[in-house]
Amino acid sequence: MKTIIFKSASVYLLPLLLLFSVFILLRGHYLPGGGFVGGLMASIAFVIHSFANGVENTKNIVKFHPGFLMPVGLALALLAGSLPLFTGETFMTGLWMDQPVPVIGTVGTALFFDTGVYLVVIGVTLTIIFTISEGL
Amino acid sequence: MLTAVISGFIFALLIPIILGRLKSISTLWVALLPLTLFIYFLSKIPEILAGNPIKTSYQWVPSLGINLDFYLDGLSLLFVLLISGVGTLVFVYTSAYLKGHHYLDRFYAYLSLFMASMLGLVLSDNIYTLFLFWELTSISSFFLIGFNNDKEDSRKSALTALAITGFGGLFLLAAMVGLGQITDAYQISAMAPMADAIKDHSLYGWVLFFLFIAAFTKSAQFPFHFWLPGAMKAPTPVSTYLHSATMVKAGVYLLARFTPVLGNHEWWNGTLIIVGALTMVYAAIHALFRIDLKGILAYSTISALGILVFLIGLGSPDALLAASVFILVHALYKATLFLVTGIIDHETGTRDVTQLGGLNKVMLPVGIAAMLAAISNAGIPPSFGFVGKDLIYEATLGMGDLAWLLTCLAILTNVALLVAGFVAGIKPFIGKLPEKFKNVHLPAPSMYVPPLILAGLGILFGLFPGVLEGGLIKPAVSSLTGARPDFHLQLWHGFNLIFLLSLITIGSGTVLYFLLKPSESLLKKVTAFDRFSPQSLIMGISRGFALAGKGWTGFFQNGYLRYYLITILGFLSLLLAYRLFIGVELLINTDVMTEVTFYEAVVLLVMAVAILFTVFSKSRLAAVASLGVVGYSFCLIFLFYSAPDLAMTQFSIDTLTVILFVLVLYNLPKYLKLSDTRVRIRDGLLSLIFGALISILALEVMSESLSKKTTEYYAENAYLLGKGKNVVNVILVDFRGFDTIVEITVLAIAAIGVFGLLKLHLRSTEKE
Repeated sequence: MKTIIFKSASVYLLPLLLLFSVFILLRGHYLPGGGFVGGLMASIAFVIHSFANGVENTKNIVKFHPGFLMPVGLALALLAGSLPLFTGETFMTGLWMDQPVPVIGTVGTALFFDTGVYLVVIGVTLTIIFTISEGL
Repeated sequence: MLTAVISGFIFALLIPIILGRLKSISTLWVALLPLTLFIYFLSKIPEILAGNPIKTSYQWVPSLGINLDFYLDGLSLLFVLLISGVGTLVFVYTSAYLKGHHYLDRFYAYLSLFMASMLGLVLSDNIYTLFLFWELTSISSFFLIGFNNDKEDSRKSALTALAITGFGGLFLLAAMVGLGQITDAYQISAMAPMADAIKDHSLYGWVLFFLFIAAFTKSAQFPFHFWLPGAMKAPTPVSTYLHSATMVKAGVYLLARFTPVLGNHEWWNGTLIIVGALTMVYAAIHALFRIDLKGILAYSTISALGILVFLIGLGSPDALLAASVFILVHALYKATLFLVTGIIDHETGTRDVTQLGGLNKVMLPVGIAAMLAAISNAGIPPSFGFVGKDLIYEATLGMGDLAWLLTCLAILTNVALLVAGFVAGIKPFIGKLPEKFKNVHLPAPSMYVPPLILAGLGILFGLFPGVLEGGLIKPAVSSLTGARPDFHLQLWHGFNLIFLLSLITIGSGTVLYFLLKPSESLLKKVTAFDRFSPQSLIMGISRGFALAGKGWTGFFQNGYLRYYLITILGFLSLLLAYRLFIGVELLINTDVMTEVTFYEAVVLLVMAVAILFTVFSKSRLAAVASLGVVGYSFCLIFLFYSAPDLAMTQFSIDTLTVILFVLVLYNLPKYLKLSDTRVRIRDGLLSLIFGALISILALEVMSESLSKKTTEYYAENAYLLGKGKNVVNVILVDFRGFDTIVEITVLAIAAIGVFGLLKLHLRSTEKE
């Protein structure tokens, strides 16, 4: 699948798709989308890139092992879940800011939780796919 | 009191660090901990004597009734003094016995861990902390038995001991839960007043059964006794401390502790008398034929534990008094004999009694200690053992109809124990010193002073039983019987029946000692019967269990994905078919279905074609690609029914699945040979059945009237509580966020699994 068209396109597709996945992640609370789908899309972006340029090149772009995203995401989700404990509420209660942040909108713990899911999904998918494609 | 219990645990953590830094100096100072505890508990005697048990409580998990309740009464006092007192001497002894050992720090850590657990066990008033400490003693005992972990024998014995006592521990938990159910109380001290109600309760029998299993496994009663001789693989200080003086008495303690609560019932008394009598006679006879010093002591310990259980079973005040005294008598002489055995082993390198003799000439103080212990064991006046034996006979004689039978059993046991004690305590020291032991010398004082102290006490208490009576024995008996006891310990009762029985015991024992010469050939004859022993039976069961497990696992976990799938689908189909055709009326409600639109019909047609193509394709990649078509068609259907979230996710997932399949299959060769027709028909049939059943199920679900409550709740509250308009997402991150956390954790674990499987596999092939 190493055609020039695909190869050239993949270079532009990667940032575009990543941006799109973040967009999907952010809009999730109001419109179809969310961390899980967003994470899958981001993974697909990397997978397309790796198909065009080889796994090694994709890995060079990421710099660190994608598996590293799993603990980070899990920690973020757990942290978002336990934040309410500090204000005396029960685990996983949603906390929301009073003022909306420009561009993103109202920010709450749910966003961080979803970002955690997003990161874990990317980490899991890429770890599995990279491992398998290297192993064979 | 909490500090007293906890200090051992903290000590166990610190000691490897401290000793690691102070390699060179003597470790004698370590004994300061048990000594301090001993003095601390001694200082409590006046309070206990005044009839005020000391009670402390620390909340731990109050909602479950699990609290650190400690209770120091006469019975606990007897045990804590035994634990800390013998502990002090064992710690001292160890400093010389294992001097310079590589893992001495570890050994002390295990030993303190054990001591702390044991103290916790006998001080616990809460039934759950009792269980906790009980298990902790099993675990620390496991570490100590397997201390020489480079020997297979040690590891095996440690595992056997842990398996048996751990098994008993589970029964203890069951008994405690049962008691908690009956009484609705968690403190043992609060249960005694309810004793009558407990005995009338329907669960009483079960509680008793569970409690007995726990006590019998721990205290090595027949038929669970065999772990104890195996446990003698441990270094001698461990045998002394755990397997004669303290831990094995935990079962006896348990029975004694629950005597006021559960005792005085025919089931209680009958079982304990039978099991105790069987154990004491069986083990005492076994002890006669052993030639390994530790083997002799192990079996005589089992026998002594049998006597204790037997006495608790008798249940009369006399018997309980005899039990309290005998606990102390036995600890004193048996610990001495074990310590002496350790010295002999340490200095001569053998424990075979047929080779030992004349050691008095080279290590007189050790010989004196051993002989004093043997005298106390034999119950020869003026030893404390004599007082103990008198009390036992007094207890059995007071049993009415069965008096003579029980007394005869007691005499039989005592005669055999006397012989065993003489063989272990006197025989190695008298007679001719073999040539090869000429150069044997006396060990360091820290090794022979502890047994001398113990043996000396055995005689001292015999001469002046009054020393103990008020401070120790009376409170102990009163916490067993619940009444202020009225007795007077004394050495000399005058010439009466009991004295005559003692004389008979001593006389016939001495005669037997001279007649019976233990030897290897005799031992061989006896061990021929081992085939019928409970040990072989239980070991056989455990082997059978392992074999059955292996067969079962081998059958189901055969490593072929296709068989896994067949098993799973076949089983599910059976269940579904059973439920659908037996329990449910087939009712397909066409009213609720909408008309099939043109688009849907087209998509369905595409799916059908794609599926057929997948099944009959000759290329793997083509099959995978057409599976992808099926997936994408599903996305379309989701879209038709306005579920964009599902469609998006399904789309991404399908893309990734196809990619994964391609990655895996790309490198495989083309189908060399299709599976043969029969296999294909079998798989096809199973698939058809399963698919049909699932379809029926789906249609059945449609005809059920759905409860809309949950849906409405989410729809109404998503924005109010979760501040989101996308209900699906709000459910995922807010309402059911906890599920999501668990799910992403599972995902991460799966990824790590894949990574580990493939990477580890790569590395092992790289090595080749």
